[in-house]
Amino acid sequence: MVPQNVAIPINYYLVLSVIMFAIGTVGVLVRRNALVTFMSLEMMFNAANLVFVSFAAYHKMLAGQIIVFFVMTVAAAEVAVGLALMVMIFRSRQSIDLDQVSSLKG
Amino acid sequence: MLVNTILFGVLALVVIITAAGMVLSRNAVYSALFLAINFVTVGFLYLLLGAPFIALVQVTVYAGSIMVLFLFVIMLLGAENLPESGKKIFQRVLAGVLGLILMGEIGFLLLRKAGLTAQVITPPEDFASPVAIGLLLFDQYGLLFLITSIILLVATVGAIILSRGDTPKGKRLED
Repeated sequence: MVPQNVAIPINYYLVLSVIMFAIGTVGVLVRRNALVTFMSLEMMFNAANLVFVSFAAYHKMLAGQIIVFFVMTVAAAEVAVGLALMVMIFRSRQSIDLDQVSSLKG
Repeated sequence: MLVNTILFGVLALVVIITAAGMVLSRNAVYSALFLAINFVTVGFLYLLLGAPFIALVQVTVYAGSIMVLFLFVIMLLGAENLPESGKKIFQRVLAGVLGLILMGEIGFLLLRKAGLTAQVITPPEDFASPVAIGLLLFDQYGLLFLITSIILLVATVGAIILSRGDTPKGKRLED
C-alpha cells in the first residue's frame, strides 16, 4: 500500500502546505459567506497538519502524528459548535453574510 | 524514484486546484465538494509520507463526517448562492497581496529551518502502524486522550443547546 523508497524532498511538502495555507487565508479575507470562510479555516488546519506529518516522517518521531490526531479531534468539535452558531445566526438574521453581523462594532 | 515524484506532483496539483476552486466558486455546495476532494487528496499525501492511520482518520473524519455536516448545514439554511454585498475591488486586491506576503514569510521561515537539501526517507514498515500509534496514544499521551473526550462531550452539549433554539422556560433565545 505504502510505496517503498519514497525520497521526495521535504521542501516539496512544506511548499505545498504553505500554498494551501495562503489560499485559505485569502479565502477567509475575501469571502463574505460565513460557511465558505469556515471551510477555508478547515483547509488551513489541513495545511498545518501536513507540515506536522512531513516532519514526523523526516525526524522519524511519532509525536507529530499524535498531534495531528488531536488537532483533528479539536477541529471536529470546533466544526460542530461553529455550525450550530451559524444556524442560530441565520435564524435570527435570515442571513450569514459576514458584513451584516456587525452589531458589536460599536 | 521518478514515479513517486510524478505521483506527488499530480497529487499536489489536485490539492492546489481544488483549494483555489473552493475559494473561487460562487456556489457554496461546489466549495464544499472541492474541499472534500482536497481532504481525500491530502489523505493520499499522508499515505505517501508513511502515515496510514492518519490518512484513514483524515478520510473518515474530515472527508466523511465534517463535510457531511457542512453540506447538511448549507442545504438546511439554503445558503448556496448568497448575494455578495458591498464588495469592493480594492479589498480583494489587498487580500491577495496580503496572502502572497504571508506565503513568502512562512515559506522563507520553514525552508530556512528545514535546510534546502533535506530528504524525506520512508520510515520502516511498522513505524506508524495503528498498533504503534495506539500504544503511544494510550500510554504516553493517555491524559491528553481523556481531555480530548471531555472536549468532545462539551462540544456536543454546546452544539445541542445552541441549535435547540429555545431556553428551558420556552422563551426564544433571539427575543
